[in-house]
Amino acid sequence: MTREPLLRVDDLRVSFATEDGVLQAVDGVSFDLAPGEVLAVVGESGCGKSVTAQTLTGLTRSPNTRISGSVTYRGRELTGLGDDALRDIRGEEIAMVFQDPMSSLNPVYRVGDQIVEMIRAHRDVSKKEARERTVELLTSVGIPNPQARVRSYPHEFSGGMRQRVMIAMALALEPAVLIADEPTTALDVTVQAQILRLLADLNRERELAVVLITHDLGVVAEVADRVVVMYAGQIVEDGTVDDIFYSPQHPYTWGLLGSLARLDRPRTGRLAQIAGAPPSLLDPPSGCRFAPRCAFQFGRCDQPPPLDHDGGTHLDRCWLGGDVKAEVRP
Amino acid sequence: MTPLLEVSDLVKHFPIKSGIVIEREVGRVRAVDGVSLTLGEGETLGLVGESGCGKSTLCRAILQLTPPTSGSVKFMGQELVGMSGRELRPLRRQMQMIFQDPFSSLNPRKRIGQIIGDPMDLHGLASGADLKRRVQDLLDRVGLRPEHYNRYPHEFSGGQRQRIGIARALALRPKLIVADEPVSALDVSVQAQIVNLLKDLQDEFGLSYLFVAHDLGVVRHVSDRVAVMYLGKVVEDSGTDDLYDRPIHPYSNALLSAVPIPDPRRNEARERVVLEGDVPSPSNPPAGCRFHTRCPWASEVCASDEPAMSDYGPGHAAACHHPRNTA
Amino acid sequence: MARFIARRLLGMVAVLFAISVIVFLIFNVVPNSDPAARIAGKNADPDLIARVNADLGLDQPLPVQYVTMMKQIFTGQLTSYASNRNVVEQIWEGLPATFSLCIGAAVIWMSLAVLFGYLSAVHAGRFADRALTVLSLVGISMPVFWLAAILLYFLSFKVQLFPTGSYVDLTEDPLDWAYHLVLPWFTLAVLFIGFYSRVLRSNMLDAMNEDYVRTARAKGLSERQVRIRHVLRNSMIPIVTLFGLDFGMVVGGGAILTETVYNLPGVGLYAGEAIRSLDLPPLMAVTMFGAFFIVLFNTVVDVAYAVLDPRIRLGEAAPA
Repeated sequence: MTREPLLRVDDLRVSFATEDGVLQAVDGVSFDLAPGEVLAVVGESGCGKSVTAQTLTGLTRSPNTRISGSVTYRGRELTGLGDDALRDIRGEEIAMVFQDPMSSLNPVYRVGDQIVEMIRAHRDVSKKEARERTVELLTSVGIPNPQARVRSYPHEFSGGMRQRVMIAMALALEPAVLIADEPTTALDVTVQAQILRLLADLNRERELAVVLITHDLGVVAEVADRVVVMYAGQIVEDGTVDDIFYSPQHPYTWGLLGSLARLDRPRTGRLAQIAGAPPSLLDPPSGCRFAPRCAFQFGRCDQPPPLDHDGGTHLDRCWLGGDVKAEVRP
Repeated sequence: MTPLLEVSDLVKHFPIKSGIVIEREVGRVRAVDGVSLTLGEGETLGLVGESGCGKSTLCRAILQLTPPTSGSVKFMGQELVGMSGRELRPLRRQMQMIFQDPFSSLNPRKRIGQIIGDPMDLHGLASGADLKRRVQDLLDRVGLRPEHYNRYPHEFSGGQRQRIGIARALALRPKLIVADEPVSALDVSVQAQIVNLLKDLQDEFGLSYLFVAHDLGVVRHVSDRVAVMYLGKVVEDSGTDDLYDRPIHPYSNALLSAVPIPDPRRNEARERVVLEGDVPSPSNPPAGCRFHTRCPWASEVCASDEPAMSDYGPGHAAACHHPRNTA
Repeated sequence: MARFIARRLLGMVAVLFAISVIVFLIFNVVPNSDPAARIAGKNADPDLIARVNADLGLDQPLPVQYVTMMKQIFTGQLTSYASNRNVVEQIWEGLPATFSLCIGAAVIWMSLAVLFGYLSAVHAGRFADRALTVLSLVGISMPVFWLAAILLYFLSFKVQLFPTGSYVDLTEDPLDWAYHLVLPWFTLAVLFIGFYSRVLRSNMLDAMNEDYVRTARAKGLSERQVRIRHVLRNSMIPIVTLFGLDFGMVVGGGAILTETVYNLPGVGLYAGEAIRSLDLPPLMAVTMFGAFFIVLFNTVVDVAYAVLDPRIRLGEAAPA
């Protein structure tokens, strides 16, 4: 990569003090985001992907949280940054879109007012100017009749339209990075297609880098350039979208891909399932965290495997040698 | 052979009332607006559609959990619509439901043993030690352990709770199980486990499923036949392979086209139909064909005439003036 | 909206009717309430009592008495049995004192409750919160009459800081008016401050975990902006509705104890006297007055709720 990464995450660890003990939600996550790139973070519930996403802009800061490691944006360290400076970055440089647009918008304020509020928190413009900009934004995300709908309340929109409003709001200040945390999970499949197409257009037209958190591998295949697979608070595989789908290197990724009911393959008798359940993050296993569920685990799996590569940019956290994998991979 | 379940022209409307002293009906939410389907014994009928299409209401109307506005539901040869509570009771043993949300569909204050055992107790099928044994048997069948008998729902994960829900539905050895989005709230790897379980149980107990889901891949995997719903009506009804290979109705077309495939190159190469706009309100459905406002192939006739279900091959029917893929 | 209000006004008529009938019936069942005997004085002979009865129309059948009384109330001609004065006039005269007390107390209790509740929520778990919690609980626990008596004793009698009750009209001397009302305002407000600040605190703590608060932070708003514009604003909705109901209740009769202890010539004091002398006409009028205000404020509260929370649309179907 010749260009400097826009966002660099290095050995990020996030833990929460809970009644039952210390929960290590994110345990050593590292990745880069290049300008204009779409990076998908895939995993199932509890793997730490949302916590990672929210920690990037300091949204998980609280007395019960311990954060270590580094998150740098354009070379600037964000993890220890003061609240004021961090607020300047939020929205202006790094914006976020969340999963449920109904609960993510304040129900008592008009949609236009919520966007205007954001603009005026960062820029010294008049209300009128901010409103004009808001109408422009709503138009750019495909909301029909934006002049009138600026005055509508969140509950007066359908799910897909609400998500478009969230996206418009996130883009208000032309950030370089958009973090989208499960943006289409709560939407119908035809609406999801619209929103994904919108995100792809925005990525292309504005060179907007996107960190897309999702559990849906289909969505990943649709929009991602690079993919990071998370399991039990760690990254278990990191590669381009072609790497992950056409030559996956980690048994968990194999399991995920295998358990999908795919429309492009003939129907099978049974879906390949992964036995068992993810480990508790209060007390994770000391060796490879996936080993208890892995069909290919062997002696060495008692030691925690590092995330490394076989000479390229495709990383995986597994002790199995490349030749062995080629044989056993389903 | 008579089908296990025969639904004809089922209608369920919810009135919208307004008024000062006396409330009058000013409109209706046409949640289910004339649905007909059949389900044979040992068969799985998949029901797909997006939010607001009426599939959940349809499930409840079929099971008489909400009284239909009109239409007929024949189950095991008997007409359910209009039956009194007493008459329905013995039939309810034969038709059970699995719900979508594993976190809210189990009573948090009851133990698992009670949740699964109560139906048997209520219908006088077993009691005491025999009841307990049967419950533990069911727990084993769904992949849980006998000692889970005394635990509470909050001690289990989503996937496990869904297994409990399945055990409860099985307790009465029904013939029909209506599964309303049984795996939508679960992680992908857990979905696979539950789907496999449901199929195994179907083979073992000779169950018939009405399987409602919005995940087209899962529906395809479990169903023998699939019905596609839009705004209260069934727009296409077909054998599974036939539907996925050759969708006839434009909405089915768009629906399948919208599903992203976990294969980046194929996704790019695919021709996609992306629908514009939103689903219209079920209280004010468009005239003529309900889908015409979003249909890329709509014409004048679509705005005025509602198309009837026509056959396009054995067991494949659709309601459209401009059917796709009929060649 | 108009239809909703119309429906509520119709409802109010029904409520007032029901209340008036109930009060009337209760009164006629309570023993030792024979007004004629009291008016006629002690040692009255049966003849005198009979004449008083006839005079006041008390020998008519109950339904006729009821209708007559209702007519008198609405035409402003109702007279008290005990004092022979026009009841409606007396209520009218009592309004300034009652409103002064209630409105002033309301302003105080709302301002302080919001302040304390906000501070409690923002510093939840820390010293300020615990201190305010204790204060609130003390406030909620003190009975009005006890507090009034204590305040009068210490701040008015022992230390002549405040006057010992009585009322000065606003138009006469605004400063003196306020001076005389400081203790009554505080007495009436204390209970509500305690209660409302707890409710607000609890609402705010819930609201802080809402998704839209997370979005507000992600937008880069300052913590203060987040707290006031998003958390506080949404938490106030139930407070406003509670306020409407409590204010209606306070005006409608909840101020009786305060007015009595501080000797403020308001509707509450008047009601208290009527109860002591079991005088039906003022009792009926005051009860109707109270009911009217409560129903009125109930309606205002419902309308306010719809204004504050755009998801609520009264009597209309939600848009698709």
